[in-house]
Amino acid sequence: MGTIAWAGRKIGGALVVLWLVATAIFIAIRLIPGDPAEAIMGGPGSQASAEALAAARAEYALDQPVFTQYLLYLGKLVTLDFGTSYSLKEPVTKVMGEVLPNTLWLSLLALALAWLLALCFAAAASNSGRFGSWLGSLLEIIAAAVPHFWLGAVLIMLFSSALGWFPAVDNGSAQGLVLPVLTLALPLAGFLTQLMRDSLSEALGSQFALAARARGESRLTLFWRHGLRHAALPALNLTGWAFSSLLSGAVVVEAIFARPGLGRSLLSAVLARDIPMVTGIALFSALVYIVVMALAEGLERIINPAGEQR
Amino acid sequence: MSRSAKIFSAIVILLWLVMALAPGLLAPGDPLAINPAQAFQKPGLAHFFGTDESGRDIYTRVIHGAGDSLAIGLAATALGMGLAIVLGTVAALSPRWLDEVILRVLEALYAIPSLLMALLIIAFTGPGVGPAIVAVGLSTAPGYARLVRSQIRSLKNSEMLEATTVLGHSSWLKVRNHLIPNALKPLMALVTLGIGQAVIWAAALSFLGLGTAPPAPEWGAMLSAGRVYLHLAWWMSLFPGLAIVAVAVSATVIGRALGGKVKSL
Repeated sequence: MGTIAWAGRKIGGALVVLWLVATAIFIAIRLIPGDPAEAIMGGPGSQASAEALAAARAEYALDQPVFTQYLLYLGKLVTLDFGTSYSLKEPVTKVMGEVLPNTLWLSLLALALAWLLALCFAAAASNSGRFGSWLGSLLEIIAAAVPHFWLGAVLIMLFSSALGWFPAVDNGSAQGLVLPVLTLALPLAGFLTQLMRDSLSEALGSQFALAARARGESRLTLFWRHGLRHAALPALNLTGWAFSSLLSGAVVVEAIFARPGLGRSLLSAVLARDIPMVTGIALFSALVYIVVMALAEGLERIINPAGEQR
Repeated sequence: MSRSAKIFSAIVILLWLVMALAPGLLAPGDPLAINPAQAFQKPGLAHFFGTDESGRDIYTRVIHGAGDSLAIGLAATALGMGLAIVLGTVAALSPRWLDEVILRVLEALYAIPSLLMALLIIAFTGPGVGPAIVAVGLSTAPGYARLVRSQIRSLKNSEMLEATTVLGHSSWLKVRNHLIPNALKPLMALVTLGIGQAVIWAAALSFLGLGTAPPAPEWGAMLSAGRVYLHLAWWMSLFPGLAIVAVAVSATVIGRALGGKVKSL
């Protein structure tokens, strides 16, 4: 399949997925018993004023037939208009734009650190004996099963309360970023190591690795030039999972370290039952997920051009 | 996976079941009894795991918390797995176009990270234990459904089923006698892994203040309460967290031992 046809197929598939997510949310809002306008305003408990309800009815065109509402809703989404957050009284897109860079920084740093750690662990495990691999698999399982909310607490106890190296609250400084990034990166590193280890030791023990060694390449160049490529492929396959883990983790990490970001905005929106804000963030993350998945697949095509093409 | 890890995990799970079914056996005290004079006691002989801000015994609370975590974990997994088995089986056995439609829907649901999906559901239902179970169950279903589908599909195309077709068995007989029993073993592994995950997700929701409310002895809720006193009373966060990790790790180890090849979760 040519690159253009492949890209076209990807974009088409992504649009279908986004449309389905948007439709599911539209139906969910209508499934809430009672007045949809009230639901948008935080449910019966919020005691929204008559004007606010009227504004919501107008904004969501609730006086129109359902199908018209649906089309209007889709039309707004196409222009990235997710409505107005009722708890913050600001457009959802604007609020998201303000906090997004924080979460993006946090996630990218964590992702980079996780890859680095996973490569080191995997390289170490593929070079060591039985004890190394036993320790490796133990570390991996723990890393993969330790929840972010507890890991963050343990790191604060160790590095903030006991040692006093890093602040427990993210104060915007570079030091304040260390513990949140570590909390987010460690479980991901555990998972990535698991994936990389097998393919890495397989690649380093293969005929072509032996041939490279015979040509006089050092172990290090062998690792960088050949091993890495094989280690990276299975990990790239799991990009979608990694992205989910980072975003779910960001909600928890931003809550623990009192750091402003997309996750924390989402959490306060859920507590306030701010439906436009919550659905806006959910749709946005679905969009990012799809873009990230497509990029990962593109990268896979570059790294492994001979690979099976879907 | 080493033998000792499996044995250790089996012991942890057994202990967890005992704690859940008969907490009084291991901790006769009342998990809710307050005693302000004994607030913030360090772990010691009088209080193995220390006490919290109201002087409640953390050890007693951790033991009594097992019941909630088990119940929530089981209920959420049952819901998620049940949905996944129905969707996955229908997709695998139906004609191509319907399979494609179900796959697309699953993919769409999968595009929203699990915790975000759970938060989305709770935004509609409001917080609480019931919503947390529904949220965890529904948010884990799409991932499981895809695994169930591929499992059933590989069975469907196996020679074993071809043989039953040659023998002239009806399709219901095929599903009952061959598909379900053969899909069950990998499913058992998936269920065990799933319970471990569900315990973590449910605790995460309680930690965020959206599941079980604080005075109840639930592990996530205890962590949430301990967060405020992290610098003052580390034991309030350490022990409930250890309980969650022990259960989650053990469930993962046992799930893998059961499943062998069913890895990707």
